[in-house]
Amino acid sequence: MKVRIHVSLKPGVLDPQGRAVHHALEGLGFKGIADVRVGRLIELDVADGTSDAELDAMCRQLLANMVIENYRIDKLETA
Amino acid sequence: MAFRSAVVTFPGSNCDRDLAVALEKVSGTPAIRVWHGDAELPERLDFIALPGGFSYGDYLRCGAMAARSPIVRAVVAAAGRGVPVLGICNGFQVLTESGLLPGALMRNAQLTFTCRSVPLAVENSQSLFTAGYEAGETIHLPVAHHDGNYFADPATLDRLEGEGRVAFRYGEEVNGSQRRIAGVLSETGTVLGMMPHPERAIEPELGGTDGRALFESAVRGLVEA
Repeated sequence: MKVRIHVSLKPGVLDPQGRAVHHALEGLGFKGIADVRVGRLIELDVADGTSDAELDAMCRQLLANMVIENYRIDKLETA
Repeated sequence: MAFRSAVVTFPGSNCDRDLAVALEKVSGTPAIRVWHGDAELPERLDFIALPGGFSYGDYLRCGAMAARSPIVRAVVAAAGRGVPVLGICNGFQVLTESGLLPGALMRNAQLTFTCRSVPLAVENSQSLFTAGYEAGETIHLPVAHHDGNYFADPATLDRLEGEGRVAFRYGEEVNGSQRRIAGVLSETGTVLGMMPHPERAIEPELGGTDGRALFESAVRGLVEA
């Protein structure tokens, strides 16, 4: 089973990288961008029986830093 | 009684030797060098030090991989028994990632790697690590980091300040840290994490001696205890 973990900064946590990317996009002439936040995408290939609780534990114990980050788990259909 | 200290080296550590030299110069006893793959720490340690550098290539997040290594699990257990732990720079990042200290260290607000001497106010001069300084004293230590921007939620910051757990504060804007926090103590006062490098300021030849009192405080406090 393929799983995608989206890790993003919590709302309210200043994202200097997002701000720099925002600035660079505007520098390229793109208009109407309200905000940019930079996150991380982690793809896992796990055994089909892997439980949601286990995936959750992986995120909480290592993949995300719960002080500053949130995560979202997307299970992809097996091809 | 000889001062038994250990310096942990991870793949990618680069301040481990300087830290061991500082501990030996001040205590007169060589620090025991511990490798990240070791599952156990030496017995009867008085002091554990986690050095600066880029452990595990800063993969995932700075300090994240090191914080889950077997040796850091042993460090967390030792800290729980009251063994003092000092984490400098990447060592501070490892301490927050391991949960021994609250908060997190994020990318510098200005996004640049910052390498220079900075003024620091000594906020707490009562701890094992800072007893050699005067409260409110300004000292100068080098910083060299890309991810030293200290973050914690406002309630945690209030608690740290209220409990006297901010050990050092930057005297000027350095990296965007909340409330300019440069070093944080654990609830027990026996774990200190800090971004500036006291081990790089122990001899005039290194450009300063303001870091020496930190190691002297710890050695004096522990050997005489």
